Amino acid sequence: MSAAMLGAVTPTTTYYLILSALLFGIGAAGLMVRRNPLIMFMCIELMLNAVNLSFVALAVRFGNIDGQTAVFFVLVVAAAEVVVGLGLIISVLKRRPGATADDLAELRG
Amino acid sequence: MELIVFVLASLMVLAGALGVVLRSNPVHAALSLVLTLFGVAVHFVALEAHFLAAVQVIVYAGAIVVLFLFVIMLLGVDKSEDLSIEPFPIQRPVAIVVGAAITGLVVAAVVRARDTIAETDTPLASDGDSNVQLLARNLFSDHVFAFEFTSILLIVAVAGTVVLTRKDKRKVEQ
Repeated sequence: MSAAMLGAVTPTTTYYLILSALLFGIGAAGLMVRRNPLIMFMCIELMLNAVNLSFVALAVRFGNIDGQTAVFFVLVVAAAEVVVGLGLIISVLKRRPGATADDLAELRG
Repeated sequence: MELIVFVLASLMVLAGALGVVLRSNPVHAALSLVLTLFGVAVHFVALEAHFLAAVQVIVYAGAIVVLFLFVIMLLGVDKSEDLSIEPFPIQRPVAIVVGAAITGLVVAAVVRARDTIAETDTPLASDGDSNVQLLARNLFSDHVFAFEFTSILLIVAVAGTVVLTRKDKRKVEQ
């Protein structure tokens, strides 16, 4: 394919949705594979970002700004979630350094 | 041109995401997360969601990743962990299969619906307003109650974290 033809191709919403699906899949697999609570948290952030990307792509496609407002709220909730989650991780790891997600099963009542 | 931007930003996003999952050192994983977040911000700019692109860089790449790095340094867990230890031998293959299945199902759904997505091509009714003005008008008219409730959410989160991480002085003295 020549450079001129490549320049004529513009990414459609489908491209963004497929990228978002890939990002979500990587995040989900990472969440299930990794056992360090901090890394698991980062994988949740990856999944949230995948959803944000598809929200914005569809908001642009359907000409509805509500999608971007939803992303704004996802950002706020993600910030609150990180604050609480990291607080929990700090109080757990202070008591038991090097604890993995498997060790936390002992917290079960 | 737009395709080149899309491909480069997508490479950033996917390389960063794989870095988060595969890197054994938490600091490297956090820095890979920055790469992904910047890639998503580039996509937001390409989609003309300028406000969200700015907020993405400021809140995610700025505040959240710094918070991650702060916690990593505070706890002193900035050492590489041995990724070959695997308590449940079946966990990794199953996780990879489930992750691939989620991706495959969503991609299949998107590809199936691509004609529907393609035929409704309505640009944002902007009337010459910028993205920030459109978003602000939507946020402070239709979603103003939700906006006020997020302030309550943030207060509760901050108060909860302070209660969680602070030592109980009465117990220490006894």
